[in-house]
Amino acid sequence: MKSTRGRHLTVPCTLLLFMLTLLCTPAAFSAANEETEDKAPGITMADQATKEKKLWITTDHSRLKELQKDFRSGPEITQACLSCHTEAADQFHKTIHWTWKAYTDDKGRVFGKGGDSINNFCISTDHMQDKGCLNCHPGWGTKTEVVNCLNCHGQKSINWEESFEDLEAFKESKDPDEKEIANEIRGNIQAAVQAVVRPERQNCGACHFKGGGGDGVKHGDLDTSLTKPNKALDVHMGSDGQNFECTRCHTTTLHNIAGRVYTKPAATERKSLIEDDLTTKITCESCHSSTPHKSDSKANDHTDKVACQSCHIPEFARVNPTKMSWDWSQAGKTKDGKPYTTEDEFGKHNYMSIKGQMKWAKNVKPEYFWYNGSISSVTVKDPIDPGQVVQVSHPLGSRDDANARIFPFKVHRGRQPYDKVNKTLLGPMLSGPDGYWTTLDWDHALTVGNAALGVPFSGEFDFVDTTYVFPITHMVAPKENVVACNECHTRDNSRLASLAGFYMPGRDQFSLLDSLGWILVLGHLLGVAIHGLTRMFTNGRKEGK
Amino acid sequence: MSVKKMITMYLYTRYERFWHWLQMVLIFVLLLTGFEVHGSFHFLGFDEAVEVHNTVGLTWLVAFAFFMFWVFTTGEWKQYIPTTKKMFQVVLYYSYGIFRGESHPVPKRKEAKHNPLQRLVYLSLAAFLLPVQMASGFLYWGYNSWKAWGIDWLTLDTLAFIHTAGAFAILCFIIVHVYMTTTGHTVTAHVKAMITGWEDVEEGEVQEWEKAGTKQPAA
Repeated sequence: MKSTRGRHLTVPCTLLLFMLTLLCTPAAFSAANEETEDKAPGITMADQATKEKKLWITTDHSRLKELQKDFRSGPEITQACLSCHTEAADQFHKTIHWTWKAYTDDKGRVFGKGGDSINNFCISTDHMQDKGCLNCHPGWGTKTEVVNCLNCHGQKSINWEESFEDLEAFKESKDPDEKEIANEIRGNIQAAVQAVVRPERQNCGACHFKGGGGDGVKHGDLDTSLTKPNKALDVHMGSDGQNFECTRCHTTTLHNIAGRVYTKPAATERKSLIEDDLTTKITCESCHSSTPHKSDSKANDHTDKVACQSCHIPEFARVNPTKMSWDWSQAGKTKDGKPYTTEDEFGKHNYMSIKGQMKWAKNVKPEYFWYNGSISSVTVKDPIDPGQVVQVSHPLGSRDDANARIFPFKVHRGRQPYDKVNKTLLGPMLSGPDGYWTTLDWDHALTVGNAALGVPFSGEFDFVDTTYVFPITHMVAPKENVVACNECHTRDNSRLASLAGFYMPGRDQFSLLDSLGWILVLGHLLGVAIHGLTRMFTNGRKEGK
Repeated sequence: MSVKKMITMYLYTRYERFWHWLQMVLIFVLLLTGFEVHGSFHFLGFDEAVEVHNTVGLTWLVAFAFFMFWVFTTGEWKQYIPTTKKMFQVVLYYSYGIFRGESHPVPKRKEAKHNPLQRLVYLSLAAFLLPVQMASGFLYWGYNSWKAWGIDWLTLDTLAFIHTAGAFAILCFIIVHVYMTTTGHTVTAHVKAMITGWEDVEEGEVQEWEKAGTKQPAA
């Protein structure tokens, strides 16, 4: 009998062990894959797309006689460029880089920083009449007539206005020292003119890293740390990795550069180079496809609702700080009758009499919104509700929108002037003799600014809280640093806590069901405990009989 | 009260025992990982828990298909036919008689392993609760294919509600089930039987209606 029982026992046990081993094998397999360096398909695809990236040139600009001239002004240089590149200026004049206008809608609102759009930084360019803004306009100095090709195509950055002024002053001089200086300036100008390149990081960065008047003020994912980043800061641009220039993804057609996100999506179609080898490379999908992870990865199931950036950019402003808030209502304070500034722990101005109170931060977790590629924006012509936080710009999209994804954003919180009577946001003039930065006089600055915008100002103003968003898409982290599943799939401080209207495992629960469930479980435990104790007690009595 | 003579009986076949313990392991792992995915506690980490839960869940589905095959080809399904006969006596036994050391009103036999209460509970489990849990789990797993399957009218919160409610029900069952194993003539008698297949049972005649394969007389 005993031996029979033993045999009966061994067979099921062996089977059980076998089944358990089977259960463990997927893990074992994937561990083995890791060792043989099996790349995710999305990486392999991107590697192929960028393999032949070496570009060559057939023109050495330093040998062109057109560029050997003694240039006396910026427009002369432009003329030299256009003598060969005959269509360049015409092309460029049509781009938003030049017009600063995106488009005009049927209500006559002109979107774009050169139009009626506003932000909550320096608020408005006052139809480009606030000359302070024009430092970033690709003309010569603050003039807007002639394109400065070298803004984007010059490898050597010099101060053109100063150089030409000095040259003018010294060129007729008989003094040998001043002659020497004049020759030196001449040499510098010529060297700068002849150092023609395809746009490099410092060209784009001169404006896009310093938008809003300083390093990292605006974007949060774009600042001077990207001029020479390492892989940890940006896997694509890292000089110890792929070393991409901006133009590697921001591809160009007729001087129109892909990637603008201003009321309209940067790309209307999500397709990879496999589907269309002439597609722009502006989306992640372009090179990585829409299912870039290993085939058994749950991450591939997320790409229809979650943007790549949401997981792959865990934090922005990882090297340099970025400005997170700007309270204009605090501006105008003086010490001993003079404007003053204070600095925070990053050495950044957190108070300036001319600008107000500001907050800077580093390693910031993004906020997440549904985003279909378009951003709604408020113009100086739009009525606002001052009783609420005004969303000067806000991502558009919802869960039901097939093109929308959960996308990371930097939200810049501002407090800026509005017209109490007309209920519109106001665009103060900031620079120049009439500007607030000179006068610290809101009334005057708002009157001049709104006159430039051609929008009425009642004379009565107050300050209103506003938000402005920047999509976070640069500073893609190495895969080891991606956002972990449980940073969103968790009940405590989920990154997606604010996104409602759908059930998310780990984050959501039905509190009534959970309470009832655990009460039932405890009830059952208690029930069997009482039953068991009663049995022990009564059985004891029975045996005693 | 007379002490009846004990006889040793081969109650559970190899496959039954294997299935029982396999299912025990699967359900244990599923409950553990399932409640972690639900956010009730942290153990493996969310992603690991999801992976294990998916793999084990699918394994359970396949194993359950084998069980279904076994249950119908061997005629063992008849063990699950519910009855009200002696139900009252069984309920009375567990709520009163057991404390007085009385004998079970429906002792186990090869042809009738389940008493009326067990028949009802196991039938609800095998025919309703577990299939609902498996079906809802399978759909949950296939969430990204709902459109392709033509069931995108379903919402994840409805499904999650059903699946979570099912998990609580199974957990409650397990508590009582594990406790009930201690109610044999010794505390470990039932567990021993599920391991070896052999159980010591009090002698007694199995009634005709209880026997598997015998039609119940119309009431």
